[in-house]
Amino acid sequence: MTQPDVAAPGGPGADARAGSPPDVIHNIGYRSYSGPRLGRSYARLALFSQSLRGAYGLGRSAKSKVLPMILFGAMCAPALIMVAVAIFADRNDLPVAYTRYAVIMQAVITLFVAAQAPQSVSRDLRFKTTPLYFSRPIERVDYVAAKYAALTVALFLLTAIPLVILYVGALLAKLSFAHQTAGFAKGLVSVLLLSLLFAGIGLVIAAVTPRRGFGVAAIIAVFVVSYAAVSAVQGVASAQENYDVIGWLGLFSPITLVDGFQTWFLGARSAFPDASGPANAGIGTLYLVVLAVVIAGTFGLLMNRYRKVGLS
Amino acid sequence: MIATESLSKRYPRVTALDRLSVDVTPGVTGLVGANGAGKSTLIKILLGLSPATEGRAAVLGLDVATDGPQIRSLVGYMPEHDCLPPDVSATEFVVHMARMSGLPPTAARERTADTLRHVGLYEERYRPMGGYSTGMKQRVKLAQALVHDPKLVLLDEPTNGLDPTGRDEMLGLIRRVHTDFGISVLVTSHLLGELERTSDHIVVIDGGKLLRASSTSDFTQATASLAVEVTDRESELLALLTGAGLTAQANGHLLLVDIADESTYDTVRDAVAGLGVGLVRMEQRRHRIAELFIDDTTTASRDDAPSKEGDGRDAA
Repeated sequence: MTQPDVAAPGGPGADARAGSPPDVIHNIGYRSYSGPRLGRSYARLALFSQSLRGAYGLGRSAKSKVLPMILFGAMCAPALIMVAVAIFADRNDLPVAYTRYAVIMQAVITLFVAAQAPQSVSRDLRFKTTPLYFSRPIERVDYVAAKYAALTVALFLLTAIPLVILYVGALLAKLSFAHQTAGFAKGLVSVLLLSLLFAGIGLVIAAVTPRRGFGVAAIIAVFVVSYAAVSAVQGVASAQENYDVIGWLGLFSPITLVDGFQTWFLGARSAFPDASGPANAGIGTLYLVVLAVVIAGTFGLLMNRYRKVGLS
Repeated sequence: MIATESLSKRYPRVTALDRLSVDVTPGVTGLVGANGAGKSTLIKILLGLSPATEGRAAVLGLDVATDGPQIRSLVGYMPEHDCLPPDVSATEFVVHMARMSGLPPTAARERTADTLRHVGLYEERYRPMGGYSTGMKQRVKLAQALVHDPKLVLLDEPTNGLDPTGRDEMLGLIRRVHTDFGISVLVTSHLLGELERTSDHIVVIDGGKLLRASSTSDFTQATASLAVEVTDRESELLALLTGAGLTAQANGHLLLVDIADESTYDTVRDAVAGLGVGLVRMEQRRHRIAELFIDDTTTASRDDAPSKEGDGRDAA
């Protein structure tokens, strides 16, 4: 005779079993918690890691892993090809400079920001999860900082790992160590700033568009339209051989802002038409100032945005 | 648990709280008020998320103005509105919320499993929450408020959107949060009736002011009444009942008779039978909060149509 309901080998005797309902195992009482409560900085870190993992779809449905992983692959594939070329074609330099790689791949980076910034903040607004965060030990600045840092790190991984691939490949191809290391370091500085800038702009737009679709579209629009406009006017200026104007125009779109900065400060070759980056130290410094102001400004805007959100 | 002292919150155009002084003791306390009475504002202030314009408030002995983060690590909060992302499972979500409350990863997972079981969520806790019924969602919302074993939970309209059975289950669960888990509860509602059965104490606020604060039994005595509807001759019935020593009022076709004791039912039955009219219904009802205000101010006539919220069901 079997009693499928009571699967408790070594459990209570037969009479006890007969007297208790089969779901007795569920009825253990409430246990209170007396362990540590790690407080604000731990909670901030938990939000950061959850948001960073979320940016790559980790800890979420399989469907939400697809796009970030494809973009990550698309970001790394050209680097692998370049490395292969450098190794087997016996060249004495990589086909693309470390600082130029992200500029060339900007479409992929833009798509990543457009997909993942709304994922990170619009969902919390749309589904009104933010009040739950603010009812916990963190403060507004912790939420904003965690979200900002998470997307920045996600973008940094997206942009820096291809550079690591290039660097490792360059060393395997026995290219000049000093030259490659210097270039790699500059590339890392460049993509770090790019990550901060793109994350900030993406999050600000996403934080004012609770509907995720609108957020995605708005971010793509801002990045693509600004870049297209700047490039087009730069093209006109180039045709008129007005090289100073080209240098000025770069201030008006995110990717050209980074490009102008690295042209002046990191000695990168400009991606502007005719490679005419900032014309003098004044404009060069202006790029740094604008970059800093935009990054700080997006953080400030986010702080301001969540002042109103609060609990409701 | 909670003590406020002439707590006020003024916005440029409205005064949400007006010199509110209440003392909430351990146990289940019902905070009753119409929409816009200041319930949510009070909760925001108690969580240290919104500074009071004047006055002071303390939660668990901690000052809301300075100890916000510490209060929030010891207090749970269940919002009124939906707050669950549909594409994650209850387990993942509650684990994350436990960590946001400061629980280490292992403890967060254990407490999540325990808490979800206690609120009555079993196998479905591994499914995305988008497919949950309202009742299940409310349970998850309650679980995330309890997962870090707070000393006090603030529940904002936890029965909103639930059907009668769901309401009863939720109210029973809230009762257990105190009796079985030892966690004090502040629960808000705009329905006095449902809180009467759950709470040890009731605090009524209106327009940001304290209207009344006392133990539940005081309220129940004051508010139990009988709604009587007859086919005809209401005014004669009213006269008869008043003549029999009962307090009764006409409200359209309904007569509201205060229940003195068990014999009230017999008196009404006999009076109706004596008049020879048909008795359409006779049900025990509790005063809605709006009626309570009228009781207190004893002015305006009762104008509410038979309420679709709760009252009829309270007779059951």
